Amino acid sequence: MEFVKPTLQYFELSPMLIVFAAACLGVIVEGFLPRARRHLVQVVVAGLGLVAALAVTVWVATDLTERGSGEARGLLAASGTIVIDGPTVYLWGLVLLFAIAGVALFAERRLEGGVSAFAGQAAALPGTEAERQASTRGLDHTEVYPLLMFAVGGMMLFPASNDLLTMFVALEVLSLPLYLLCGLARRRRLLSQEAALKYFLLGAFSSGFFLYGVALVYGFAGSMQLAEINEAVRNDVGNESLLLIGMGMLAVGLLFKVGAAPFHSWTPDVYQGAPTAVTAFMAACTKVAAFGALLRLFYVAFGSDRWTWQPMMWVIAILTMLVGAVLAIVQTDVKRMLAYSAISHTGFLLTGVLGAQASGELADGQVTSLEAVLFYLTTYGFATVGAFAVVTLVRDSGGEATSFPRWAGLGRRSPWVAGAFAFFLLSMAGIPLTAGFVGKWAVFTVAMSAGAWPVVAVAIVASIVAVYFYIRHIRLMFFSEPEDEVAAVTAASPLTTVTIAVCAAGTLVLGVVPGPVLDLVTHAGDFIR
Amino acid sequence: MNEFPWLTLLILAPLVGAVVVGFAPAAVTKTAAVGVALLTLALGVAVALQFDLDSGGMQLEEQHSWIEAFGVHYALGVDGLGLLMVLLTVVLVPIVLVAGWFDGDDGNTRAFFAWALALEGLSLAVFCATDVFLFYVVFEATLIPAYFLIGGYGRAGRGAAAVKFLMFQLAGGLILLAAVIGLYVVSAQQGSPSYLLSDLTELDISTEAGRWLFAGFFIAFAIKAPLFPVHTWLADTTEKATPGVSVLLVCVLDKIGTFGMLRFCLGIFPEASQWATPLVMVLALISIVYGALVAIGQDDVLRLIGLTSLSHFGFITIGVFAMTTQGGSGAILYMVNHGLGTAALFLLAGYLIRRRGTSLISQMGGLEKVTPVLAGLFLVAGLATLGLPGLSPFVSEFLVLLSAFDYAWYVGAVAVTGIVLAAIYVLWMYQRVFTGPGLPEHEGTPDLDRREVGAVAPLMLALVLFGFYPMPLLDVANPTVETLLTHVGVSDDEPDVPADSVPDHAATEEGGEH
Repeated sequence: MEFVKPTLQYFELSPMLIVFAAACLGVIVEGFLPRARRHLVQVVVAGLGLVAALAVTVWVATDLTERGSGEARGLLAASGTIVIDGPTVYLWGLVLLFAIAGVALFAERRLEGGVSAFAGQAAALPGTEAERQASTRGLDHTEVYPLLMFAVGGMMLFPASNDLLTMFVALEVLSLPLYLLCGLARRRRLLSQEAALKYFLLGAFSSGFFLYGVALVYGFAGSMQLAEINEAVRNDVGNESLLLIGMGMLAVGLLFKVGAAPFHSWTPDVYQGAPTAVTAFMAACTKVAAFGALLRLFYVAFGSDRWTWQPMMWVIAILTMLVGAVLAIVQTDVKRMLAYSAISHTGFLLTGVLGAQASGELADGQVTSLEAVLFYLTTYGFATVGAFAVVTLVRDSGGEATSFPRWAGLGRRSPWVAGAFAFFLLSMAGIPLTAGFVGKWAVFTVAMSAGAWPVVAVAIVASIVAVYFYIRHIRLMFFSEPEDEVAAVTAASPLTTVTIAVCAAGTLVLGVVPGPVLDLVTHAGDFIR
Repeated sequence: MNEFPWLTLLILAPLVGAVVVGFAPAAVTKTAAVGVALLTLALGVAVALQFDLDSGGMQLEEQHSWIEAFGVHYALGVDGLGLLMVLLTVVLVPIVLVAGWFDGDDGNTRAFFAWALALEGLSLAVFCATDVFLFYVVFEATLIPAYFLIGGYGRAGRGAAAVKFLMFQLAGGLILLAAVIGLYVVSAQQGSPSYLLSDLTELDISTEAGRWLFAGFFIAFAIKAPLFPVHTWLADTTEKATPGVSVLLVCVLDKIGTFGMLRFCLGIFPEASQWATPLVMVLALISIVYGALVAIGQDDVLRLIGLTSLSHFGFITIGVFAMTTQGGSGAILYMVNHGLGTAALFLLAGYLIRRRGTSLISQMGGLEKVTPVLAGLFLVAGLATLGLPGLSPFVSEFLVLLSAFDYAWYVGAVAVTGIVLAAIYVLWMYQRVFTGPGLPEHEGTPDLDRREVGAVAPLMLALVLFGFYPMPLLDVANPTVETLLTHVGVSDDEPDVPADSVPDHAATEEGGEH
């Protein structure tokens, strides 16, 4: 066998390379710079890296070559292991955008009185002398920035991977830093560490499932390449049961990452325990990346076998929506409520995923399920990052106050912050003139077009249930009389304030004039194989 | 296509006004809000002046592509129905603002007036929208100002009432969303997707799909209107909200329900509408009788007035679904008259409650002697509500009952009992509140001041004027109804006695005498 020198498409891959380079640079900074100067340098390296990557992503996006009859644009890179097409580039843009917001929230230091929201010394056990010393000396973990960058790199590779092995590597690259980040909260450290451990254990299991699935599908198709798997599925060669079990196991791995029922149980604990800045970043970016990978895997590799996996998606979507919406009602903690609402949003996104139809079945100019899901991810990201950013502001003497009674009457004390939060909740509830409505409309429509009306019916029911806990919270903020100690809004630095403002503006603009972004996702075209 | 975007201007004026009022100095809030409402009234009148009475179609149309990927347009237009609803809205809002001058004082005053104006702008958009998606968007968006108006101002327990209100409305809205999505799918199957009303009425919808979609639209409108059995939010909301807000809700916002039945249910799904008529008639009749019976049993003035509306919306629905010209015109007229009459009742009840500090009928009595003006106006508004000839609701009630008897004698017979029951709840309420021996603590209750009388005077004037001369309203409504019924494909039954038989008969008689 002859060794072929791989050719790398450096220009098209550069957004990812920039992010990884910035991550490595961050590690070096951590090793060589004195502690006092690390924070600023790390923030600048991470921020600049992400902004540069975003700029290059836009450049790459405008430069993609059309393929075939213009339905898709892009190319296969790195010897066919990475695919850079319209959806990839769009997802990169989303991940980078919300990662920039994540860096801004990470860098916020005014809320904790001059230190970040991360533990002073992660190695110090909670409640020990070492921890006390770390906090009196004002220590700060700046490793979070390189960790974030590695995670972002993994998130970019995940939806771009064109074979199962790359997809698995990307899954691990994005997951490992997140496990760490979850355990680094400065306050309520036991809760945070518990969350990290839970996330790690369950995540490791799901990775195992994914890997097993990879092996079985390889056994069926004789290749890791998505295109060749598709070919094998189409020609119906080999052992069907290998394919079905493998497909199921791959699905378990991915559905765990997106937080779909019955693999959702980590979500509330992790969302609650992780530092809120991490939650904001993770909730938005992981979902974007994992849904990108899910779409690519099921549309490209298993696209010809839609009839096999669509019923499974039906069941999971229905279950996820109901579990998320119903359990959110009984929560008394803002972060847990948002976590369950995130689960129900996963269900709505799956409703879009299962609305896949062959292009011949669609009318000219009709919304495709890929477009719908991409758009929904955008709207969801803005609302989620914004909502969690608001949560970081609402504090009492013990740090962030996330229990419901503390939020009573917040609307009267701080109308702007409470108004922004209400606006994000309304977007999540899918009220018109917010982005969430257009997203919801899009995913329901593609599901309905594909004949999945029972799923849409359940989705409507779940939406009605979800509306209840959203507006109940708005009522709590605006119309309820506070009873005992209440939280107040702490003045934040422009980093957080601007993040919230941008998210609110994004939610409003996407709700009122969604046309340009919809054109963008339409222009992104289809996946290439 | 019209050169000048009158309707956009009409919608934007209160919306921009809401923002301005929201940020204006507190000292001028109220004046500025009333100023904006009057400006909107002027714009509404300007729209009316350009309206061509002879045409039954859409006028003053505007159309721009909004979300191309969804086939959605920013499309506005008014027909006779839309115009009357627009006029009702622009007339009621300034009245409500003046009458509720102090309503916002127990909360954030600026927000009260800003939300009220925002509600006006969005409601106007609902009545002008000729694109189903745009209609849906503003239909849902009206709920947000309404939610804050109910939850922020009014009596204890309003927070729960606001949540209940919003839950019902949003549930209806989401069911409507499913139907709206279904329309897109049907539209996409037949070529390029479009949400324009003019395109949708041309669609060839299969019988089964049409009935499902009709159900989605009808349920949403039934919750909005409201009809039995999805009316339970109505009484709770009107009890807790301030009377002014109740006027905006019941007299303006709820009209969207019956407006939507005429415009969308009949307009897009004529076959399904006829198919569903028996069931709708039953629901409407239950609403009429049940609403009136429950109203009789109420001790709270505001709950009572809220429940009378349930009865009235039953009448309107009968008119809509009778599918005759009298029924359609009667229903449209009824929507206007109910808006005027119920608004007057709500506002006067509000004055009464502000004076007495209670809304319980059992704790009032004999107020006629101390507040004769209030009592007199209340009686007139009450008599209008029960359909006394000479006041405008009589005309519309008469037309609707005609159509009900035309549809089936038993429908008419049951509907008529609604009038008897109306007499009971209105007159009995009046008797308990205003007549009888005066309670000692009522001594010195001030009568209405000039602001209060001024606010309801236009309503009283309109009730009397349209009672004696309803032709202007009918002239606007009739062409629309005729166009609509032609589209539905029904025509009025021929009279059993031919119109020309009378002179012939007379001639024979004359001949017989010879």
